[in-house]
Amino acid sequence: MAIILDHVSHIYEEGTAMEAAALKDVNLVIPDGQFIGLIGHTGSGKSTLVQHLNGLMKPTSGSIYYNGADIHTDGFDKKNLRSKVGLVFQYPEHQLFEIDVFKDVCFGPRNMGLEEKEVELRAYEALKQVGLEDEYFYQSPFDLSGGQKRRVAIAGVLAMKPEVLILDEPTAGLDPKGRDEILDQIALLRKKTGITVVLVSHSMEDVAKYVDRIVVMNQGCVMYDDEPGMVFRHYKELEQVGLAAPQVTYIMQELKKKGLDVDTDVITIEEARDGILKALKR
Amino acid sequence: MLRDITLGQYYQADSVIHRLDPRVKLSATVLFIISLFIVDNFIGYIIAAVFLACMVKISGVPFRFMVKGMKSIVFLLLIAVVFNLFLTPGEAVVTVWKLTVTKEGIRIAVMMAVRLVFLIIGSSLMTLTTTPNNLTDGMEKLMAPLKIFRVPVHEVAMMMSIALRFIPILLEETDKIMKAQIARGADFESGSLIKKAKGMIPLLVPLFISAFRRANDLAMAMEARCYRGGEHRTKMKPLVYQKRDRLGYLVMFIYLAACIYFGRIFRIQEFIR
Amino acid sequence: MGIIEAKKLIFEYIRRDEEGNVEGITRAVDEVDLDIKQGDFVAVLGHNGSGKSTLAKHLNAILYPTEGTVWVDGKDTMDEEYLWDIRQTAGMVFQNPDNQIIGQVVEEDVGFGPENMGVPTKEIWERVEESLKAVGMYKYRKHSPNKLSGGQKQRVSIAGVIAMHPKCIILDEPTAMLDPNGRKEVIRAVRALNHAEGITVVLITHYMEEIIHADKAIVMDKGHIAMQGTPREIFSKVEKLKELRLDVPQVTLLAYELKKSGVNLPDGILTCEELIEALRL
Repeated sequence: MAIILDHVSHIYEEGTAMEAAALKDVNLVIPDGQFIGLIGHTGSGKSTLVQHLNGLMKPTSGSIYYNGADIHTDGFDKKNLRSKVGLVFQYPEHQLFEIDVFKDVCFGPRNMGLEEKEVELRAYEALKQVGLEDEYFYQSPFDLSGGQKRRVAIAGVLAMKPEVLILDEPTAGLDPKGRDEILDQIALLRKKTGITVVLVSHSMEDVAKYVDRIVVMNQGCVMYDDEPGMVFRHYKELEQVGLAAPQVTYIMQELKKKGLDVDTDVITIEEARDGILKALKR
Repeated sequence: MLRDITLGQYYQADSVIHRLDPRVKLSATVLFIISLFIVDNFIGYIIAAVFLACMVKISGVPFRFMVKGMKSIVFLLLIAVVFNLFLTPGEAVVTVWKLTVTKEGIRIAVMMAVRLVFLIIGSSLMTLTTTPNNLTDGMEKLMAPLKIFRVPVHEVAMMMSIALRFIPILLEETDKIMKAQIARGADFESGSLIKKAKGMIPLLVPLFISAFRRANDLAMAMEARCYRGGEHRTKMKPLVYQKRDRLGYLVMFIYLAACIYFGRIFRIQEFIR
Repeated sequence: MGIIEAKKLIFEYIRRDEEGNVEGITRAVDEVDLDIKQGDFVAVLGHNGSGKSTLAKHLNAILYPTEGTVWVDGKDTMDEEYLWDIRQTAGMVFQNPDNQIIGQVVEEDVGFGPENMGVPTKEIWERVEESLKAVGMYKYRKHSPNKLSGGQKQRVSIAGVIAMHPKCIILDEPTAMLDPNGRKEVIRAVRALNHAEGITVVLITHYMEEIIHADKAIVMDKGHIAMQGTPREIFSKVEKLKELRLDVPQVTLLAYELKKSGVNLPDGILTCEELIEALRL
């Protein structure tokens, strides 16, 4: 089963002089178990799009289906949808409010009306999933480091046991190591549980090695939707809309132009290294 | 979008009224409100109406923006009208069930309604033609004499202008936190009052923390830019009275005099005769 | 003596538990020596919590050393008499663009610093105009800061500092909250100031690609200086950088990997062109 977006548009202040389209005729299928990178610069509509996926925002036209059901029909259980499609906002640590880490993570599952024992079990499991050590469980979330706070916030959503996990720029403001740790943790989680992940980012370089598929947004439209290597082939067009393909793409393209016979669709440094070595030997 | 809310609803245009010194506009608004309570005859209201209509016309602000401000007081207006209409003793005109509408009642209700409507239009005219920081500047300058009584006029004005700058940001933040908590299954709408109040905690705690963090950051940024209170400070946009401002005061006093003469004294003479 | 100098700078703060009892002392900056010359572009790198921001706040007397001394333009930051001189000489731009703009109109925000310094009205206007032009934000002077992008807001903040006519500008992770376009805008503006106006720049960041153009880079770890040198010298030590929780640009990393696999390449390759050149194609 999957999330399907069918001709979804979202227009702010429709019919006034302030009219602005945040999403224009977006068609998208998010199948189970996929790891998707949603890329676009600020104002491209990517954040608006993800808020449609769990029904926080309603499209001004078009429909969204979750497991075959239109989420905006009367009687559709939105609360249930929000526990199935977990959304982690940008700077999620700004939403922490409880006196200790564990209680904060319990907030989500408790809102689902689960038994207290189940709530705590889930909170514990979620905190383990994000790799937070036991010693922090009963500390105030405000005493933790930036990276730890973010993990707690992500655990707060994971504790609802979502089938789809959407993360809006989960690495914003973290240092390179912190960024890699969070992304590695998410990749590991996905490997273990098979959860569907949508990773929103403005950096191709950050997500390239993790995702199966990249969706590029520009001015409210889907510009590209393909495997990473295929999307990066359009590096010139991407540049025109203010996005950059990973540096390796540029290197490989340049090398090819200079006559070195390399595969330009590589994504990681290791692939690039092997490609260049192979070509040099020839 | 929340970010587009402009507090004080300033309407960008280029008119004499926009260019007037905020002190003139502030004083004029106060005088206009006073005038509304001075007049108590028909001619007085005509004068006020004509004066207001002229000002609105000169300001170049479309009339519908004034009406916008009215929406928020419709309820208040209705209550005032209904109470006065039915509860004023005097010569009965119609009786519905146990309620009697009197001639005096009608008169007072109409007067009340007109006063309120004029009051709202008059003060919206000021906020529509004056930017919020111009307004704080004007207040700071007008209140300056209070410094003798150790009223921290500069500090209050600075606080007001910072508040004006951060209200849209905090509104947006509220919206964001609310959405984030809804995504975690929070419910801000249903349930009893106590449950609702309790449900606000996940919104209010992060909001306060954020506000404090911002305040802290801002204080540091201000200090780094050599802010040390109102002393030694110069102004980028100092308020200096121009010819038009003096003219503005003059117009205002003529209006007020007219209101007093025609709106009050005129009627008294009628009585004497 | 350079524009900014520090000798054996130590900053400690006391950690307290909820009852206010002392839990311990944390040394955020540990015996740091600095000597920054007028006109230099110095990048300070380090992961979150390495002490780089704490160090930065000492350079315009927002924080004071526990031990050691910091001089800004020859003046000791502990000397209260020079406090405002120091803050005017070394301007500071912070991380969060929303939390440092005071004015409700761009031009008024830029005028805030000069107003505080008591600059005459006419001159404030001149300074505001030249500063906004220097960062390319002049046409937005009448705009509300709320409607600008992150990169634009940071440029306004930079203009606000330049309007105070500082000799040195310290930027504390000005790009951490921006997207790639915003980051480029800000770095471009900073480089232009360094080049055209000769303003000394101290840029604190954890993005390695932002330091390529610096004259000197300092890497902080656990409160002390772990590495320093030209960007090329720094980048040639890939292993060490990884140890310090920092990133290396993909080209540098690729060159490093190729070299490990036996391709003959020089150390510290910084750009695509250099790599292609070095591969002799």
